[in-house]
Amino acid sequence: MDNDRPDPDQLLARVERNQMRARRGRLKIFFGASAGVGKTYAMLLAAKEKRAEHIDIVVGLVETHGRKDTAALLEGLEVLPPVQIDYRCTSLYEFDLDAALKRKPSIILVDELAHTNAQGCRHPKRWQDIEELLEAGIDVYTALNVQHLESLNDDVSQISGIRVWETVPDTVFEGADEVELVDLPPDELLNRLKDGKVYLPQQAKEAAQHFFRKGNLIALRELALRQTASRVDAQMLDYREDHCIREVWHVNERILVCIGANALAERLVRAGKRFATSLRAAWIVVYVETPELQRLSAQQRDGVLRILRLAEQLGAETVTLNAPQMSEAIIKFSNERNVTKIVMGKPTRRGWKRLVLGSVVDVLISDAHNISLYLLGSPKPGQGDDISKQETALYRKNPLPGLGKRPAQKANSKGYVWAVIVTVASTALAYLMFGRFELANLVMVFLLGVVFTATRFGRGPSIFASFLGVAIFDLLFVPPYYSFTVGDSQYLVTLLAMLTVAMLISSLMANVRSQAKVAGHRERRATVLYAMSKELTASQSEDEIVRTAVHHVHAEFGSRNVILFPDANGRVVYPVSPAIAESLHTADLSVAQWVMDHNEIAGQGTHTLPGAEAIYLPLSDKATMLGVLVLLPVNLRRVFLPEQQKLLETFLGQIAQAIIRVRLTEQARKTQVAMEAERLRNSLLSSISHDLRTPLATIVGSASTLVEEDNALKPEDKRELNRAIYEEAQRMSSLVNNILEMARLDAGAVELNKQWYPLDEIIGIVLTRLQKRLADRQVSVKLPPGIAMVFVDAVMIEQVLVNLLENALRYTPDGSPLDIMATSAAGTVDIAVADQGFGLPPGDENKVFEKFYRVRKEAAQSGVGLGLAICKAIIEAHGGSIRASNRPSGGALFLFSIPQPDTPPTLVREDQGRLIDQNTIGQP
Amino acid sequence: MTCTNPVVVVIEDDPAIRLFLRTGLAAHHFKVFEAERGQQGIIEAGVRKPDLIILDLGLPDMEGVEVIKSIRAWSALPIIILSARSAEQHKIDALDAGADDYLTKPFGLGELLARIRVAQRHSACSPAQAENGLFVTGALQVDLLKRQVFVAGNEVHLTPIQYRLLSLLIKNAGKVLTHQYLLKEVWGPSYKDNSHYLRIYMSQLRQKLETDPTRPEYLLTDSGVGYRLKVGSG
Repeated sequence: MDNDRPDPDQLLARVERNQMRARRGRLKIFFGASAGVGKTYAMLLAAKEKRAEHIDIVVGLVETHGRKDTAALLEGLEVLPPVQIDYRCTSLYEFDLDAALKRKPSIILVDELAHTNAQGCRHPKRWQDIEELLEAGIDVYTALNVQHLESLNDDVSQISGIRVWETVPDTVFEGADEVELVDLPPDELLNRLKDGKVYLPQQAKEAAQHFFRKGNLIALRELALRQTASRVDAQMLDYREDHCIREVWHVNERILVCIGANALAERLVRAGKRFATSLRAAWIVVYVETPELQRLSAQQRDGVLRILRLAEQLGAETVTLNAPQMSEAIIKFSNERNVTKIVMGKPTRRGWKRLVLGSVVDVLISDAHNISLYLLGSPKPGQGDDISKQETALYRKNPLPGLGKRPAQKANSKGYVWAVIVTVASTALAYLMFGRFELANLVMVFLLGVVFTATRFGRGPSIFASFLGVAIFDLLFVPPYYSFTVGDSQYLVTLLAMLTVAMLISSLMANVRSQAKVAGHRERRATVLYAMSKELTASQSEDEIVRTAVHHVHAEFGSRNVILFPDANGRVVYPVSPAIAESLHTADLSVAQWVMDHNEIAGQGTHTLPGAEAIYLPLSDKATMLGVLVLLPVNLRRVFLPEQQKLLETFLGQIAQAIIRVRLTEQARKTQVAMEAERLRNSLLSSISHDLRTPLATIVGSASTLVEEDNALKPEDKRELNRAIYEEAQRMSSLVNNILEMARLDAGAVELNKQWYPLDEIIGIVLTRLQKRLADRQVSVKLPPGIAMVFVDAVMIEQVLVNLLENALRYTPDGSPLDIMATSAAGTVDIAVADQGFGLPPGDENKVFEKFYRVRKEAAQSGVGLGLAICKAIIEAHGGSIRASNRPSGGALFLFSIPQPDTPPTLVREDQGRLIDQNTIGQP
Repeated sequence: MTCTNPVVVVIEDDPAIRLFLRTGLAAHHFKVFEAERGQQGIIEAGVRKPDLIILDLGLPDMEGVEVIKSIRAWSALPIIILSARSAEQHKIDALDAGADDYLTKPFGLGELLARIRVAQRHSACSPAQAENGLFVTGALQVDLLKRQVFVAGNEVHLTPIQYRLLSLLIKNAGKVLTHQYLLKEVWGPSYKDNSHYLRIYMSQLRQKLETDPTRPEYLLTDSGVGYRLKVGSG
């Protein structure tokens, strides 16, 4: 690998970081070793200086603790009033984030970065408030003591013996644009303390006395100085990288921190963090869940979950691996991810156990060739080996509600009863065999029982069965009988071997069982995901997707859900579509809006608005926010277990993809419709302008001649002109009618008024309407015998026939005959209008129904080209079809079919009062 | 008919159409009074003692149907309505409210004069049958006293309902009768929704009385509105 060249990915990351910074506000931290060193004072002094430079600087929140010289500095600075939060009968005053965001100064002062907000505030921690201010592009000045730094938490508690609960993630400190160390020698600090210049709350005084010992202060000061120095170092490195000073280009380190379900985990994570920071390397925290570990109690597993989330907070990537062998999984993962250093705890197994059963560390030492191993000492034995009893500082304030509430698994009492039954049965069988078979065979019978118990009831009962079996065997079948004493020492070997084999079997079978369970879980998750994605793919609308999503999220996470979408203004609104059984009705829109704006998770069990009842998850595709999935869980475990969390993420991704797909489809469809409409509008305009102008030209011309040349015109000329006006006006009237009719049909404003009509009446109306124009034509009408009733909108069908006949009149030679034919069959009626003209141009048979199609475009006596399009629209509105073809004997034939109801109308026969059907109606 | 010129009140808001009606009707010796609005029209109808009212259904101040109802409250004088195409329901409403006939815009003077003639004939008291109970149009002859129907001299047998339908059309010859009206008069009020009864009987009548039922000479259909019996050449 060529290490001389800057890694392009890293360069890109830095460019992105710089761009982010340009938009983001700048964070300046006044950093001190302990309270009383004068951070607030220094901060206010800096503010004064900025004020003098006419920079818009505002004090968001500053604790003067009644110190006069500090309070004096506040004069002349704009101070935001704090917001009052009523909590359990007491009023607390907190920093008003919303007011600050609204005020939007250039710089804002917010003291006490590590402060924990009162319940009811948007964020549980002040550093989160500050993050939001920075996001909004506001520069922030704040103050921080070294003991509040998350990764130093351990060291500080070791030095001072006091555990600090209020911590700030190192990422915040590292992300600061400027850190100003406010340093005060310990002696001076102690003097100030003596003079009462250091503020201490009354109840903390005693603890503080212990805290402010000189030794402590020196150690803390050293920590603060070291922390600042390492930052300076990091800045130097950044500078060198930026300027391509190659010699110091460091190799790409990647650190893997392996944690287990024990007390060491948290220390490992913190140590890993410090290690990673000092090496400026990426770090991954991995937890390998072997089948053995899956048997841990729920509390212990929750403990692991907490540590993983702490690691995430500290900037690590966290991974949970499911594997039968811890060492194997770690090596495989390390190779995949190019891990260079592994940090883990010292082996817990000692002495012969380590020799016999081996240890992960030993395997790694021998098998992981290119990886350096770093081992961290275990805490003293007996000092809280149980991870569940520990609480990480980060989570003390907001423990995951619902976690740890799972009822303790009931002792598998049924399994133990069965273990007894199986052992008794084995004993009975062995008793029958006793004397006839070798003792070794009787041992086999007991082992069989253990195997059975292990497969069915797991480890506990089968170990129990092992001991029970060995005891009974000893009691009944090993001389001296009915006594636990063993006569012959060779039986001792038999008993020992039997016990060992039984235990091994128990252990192996239990592993097989739990592996099967893990595989089952994994398969179930895959099935659930497959089922949802299949249904999502089939969903055609956003509503359908939402329903599918809500249903599946409920099925998997047991929660009531709702997906909220923003309106046109980007404000999240309640859904309009009807709710389904699994829908949630109590989503908090303001929380959802926050999630929508920040593309981050919020709500219960998270770090933003943890007071909310539900969990609010952003539904986004890359950078585009689509909406918010609100989830009201019954049990938080089902959502926050690492594997479930990953599943939920996949769910969110799938849902977002489906929504995007539907939206794109819809958009494409709309574009096409718009294009089609545009095309139509254009051809309509050009057609109208041509076809309406032609008759208008005649009318205007003739009329103007009549008005202006009245005296000069001969009476017969006048009559001729008048006739022209009349005829052209008639023609225009029919054109306008067609255009309006088409517009009406296109707008979907036409409601069919279907009734039963005699076919001859409809034909009669049409022929009467066209009487004059058909005068020189021979029209033959062939109808079914009797009175054929059709169920149609007669006015519409008349229009179809009129248009077809007018079309025939227009395109056939004068005097050529026309035919109207109708046949009716069960469920359908066919009506045809045929001529004996020139026919249609071959290949154009179906184009004739397109809007503005004309056979001969240049023909003077043509319509707008809408007549047949209107026919098609009307027939299709009737659910029928229309076709054009050329007759074999010459001429065109237009045929339309309209589906008919199965039951014809009934009629009371007047003489007999009996119902008769349509076939007999016509007979007089 | 009276020997003085007949008086017509035109209620129409469009000046161009008023001009056309005024000049056209004046040429045929009608005395025309105009009203732009419904209220004004009702007053004109009361003051001018007209023989006929021509009413546009689309007036700016009130519904045409309201004008008809208002006039019908005190007078039976003939009312011809003018309406736009594709507004069948408006025509039916107006006819059911008491209008005598309708014309669809655009229309020619000839059509208007024919409708006026029919309306005047009705108001002047029933036509042909008044004399001897004999109604004649073209080859169709109906003896209303003996209840006998002849087509070109040959007697045609009708069922009671067919005859009732025909006699109703004869009584209102030339005038359009709505489906609702015919159903109510022939079958009774409870048959109002069975308009296919009416159509079937009309079809049967055509088959018995017309030479070619698809080119009817007497029993004409006003599409979507109703039926009328054609009289004379008008």
